[in-house]
Amino acid sequence: MADSTEVPIRESETPTISIAVDFYGGLHTLFGKGQHKLAIPAADKSGNPATIGFLVTHLCETKMNDPRTELFVLDGHIRPGILVLINEADWELEGEEAYEIQSGDNIVFVSTLHGG
Amino acid sequence: MAPALCAICKTARALIKRPKNHTKLCKSCFITIFEDEVHHTITSSQLFYPGEKVAIGASGGKDSTVLASVLKTLNERHGYGLELVLLSIDEGIRGYRDDSLETVKKNAAQYDMPLLVVGYDELYGWTMDQVVETIGKKGNCTYCGVFRRQALDRGAKMLGIRHVVTGHNADDVAETVLMNLLRGDLSRLSRSTSIVTGDNKSEVKRSKPLKYSYEKEIVLYAHHKKLEYFSTECIYSPEAFRGSARTLIKQLERVRPSAILDIVRSGEDMARLVPGESASSCGGCKSKTETPVAVLEDDVGGCGSSNGRTPGGEMAAMDKQLRENEEAEGLEVDITKLVLEGKNGQREKRDKPTTRQVLGKCQRCGYMSSQDICQACTLLEGLNKNRPQIQI
Ligand SMILES: [Zn+2]
Ligand SMILES: [Zn+2]
Repeated sequence: MADSTEVPIRESETPTISIAVDFYGGLHTLFGKGQHKLAIPAADKSGNPATIGFLVTHLCETKMNDPRTELFVLDGHIRPGILVLINEADWELEGEEAYEIQSGDNIVFVSTLHGG
Repeated sequence: MAPALCAICKTARALIKRPKNHTKLCKSCFITIFEDEVHHTITSSQLFYPGEKVAIGASGGKDSTVLASVLKTLNERHGYGLELVLLSIDEGIRGYRDDSLETVKKNAAQYDMPLLVVGYDELYGWTMDQVVETIGKKGNCTYCGVFRRQALDRGAKMLGIRHVVTGHNADDVAETVLMNLLRGDLSRLSRSTSIVTGDNKSEVKRSKPLKYSYEKEIVLYAHHKKLEYFSTECIYSPEAFRGSARTLIKQLERVRPSAILDIVRSGEDMARLVPGESASSCGGCKSKTETPVAVLEDDVGGCGSSNGRTPGGEMAAMDKQLRENEEAEGLEVDITKLVLEGKNGQREKRDKPTTRQVLGKCQRCGYMSSQDICQACTLLEGLNKNRPQIQI
């Protein structure tokens, strides 16, 4: 491809996986918009496969444009009251933070913390 | 990991793990059981009568949106014969309700229900923007909360509707139970746990059909049914959910999901022990009490919702203010209290909550109140004194 030279070398060194991440229930305000198509590193710095736990940290570091991280993460974990769905299934059925993300996965974060 | 199958139909993939009993369900079985349980709450508490006109307190948020959707479904499925309308309160905060009212309007069209919108200005003569102009941003949540508590009732009364249902869920009730325990306010426990407030004498009855529904399941119901709802924080309450009892509830749920309904039931059981109070029923049908009815002045509404949710800092501020109001009014002669104290001075402390329970009407607005002048009228008096000259 003609424009292949424009791809930064780092990208080719670190394999990525493509996923869709959606934010609902007010969380979209922390991340600029509701729907994100992302290419995330397939592994963390220690070479372990990318998990939901890794994704949460990654999102905080790269996608959050609001200083109030505690609205999303509390004590290093997703804030209680925020639901996580992995391909529509409750993450409690999928191993929660330990779930290893697959290419094409749809991860949804829904806050229940807003008024009704 | 092989996907788990639904515990009910045993064919579809399980997508939901129910917080109250860990049952794994597929989407359609979950939606059915969620609706069935609300139906059970409604019938076992005899919430409605055929032909009743019922206003759904609608904020455009998740709880009231789910309530409207479920009530419409059940009304048609089980032939309740209800005339359902959506009732929205406009606090008069420029820009804040615009989007949520849009959502309510969409719901009204989608569910084919009439929508009635009543403003704080119509009800109180003040919009929240004007309140903030007058008193500043500090403490305005107190006003908003006290006004909101009466707004649905006043609005319904204005429109000739005698029953308002709200989207209060199990998490809301559990939070209120905890708050009342922390404040040692057992007399309020019954009001906050009972499914119905107001009685035959009251002009407007209030009930919460989602009282036993987990907030998590409400959000999942909305998600899987693709219901459109609106979520934003009140612009006057930027610190909304920090350090609240809510956080504690959610942390408890994380450790032991059944904790929420356990707190609700504990609240109901404790409420039964408070003299002169009737308590609530059902919640898995462990009791066979008659339709639970308690008197008035539900939980104080917080900011950012039509629900009784109260954020941490504001909770403290509001609590302080309300106590000051109560103390101030305590200076006036309260005959009931004098009689009680005269009879048995030692029991004064124990009798106090019962005294506050005495049902009367606000001398100004006629709204039910345990004090001569209700909290809304007390706040309005202060506001009207400070109204800028130009507006008089
Ligand atoms: Zn099923
Ligand atoms: Zn009054």
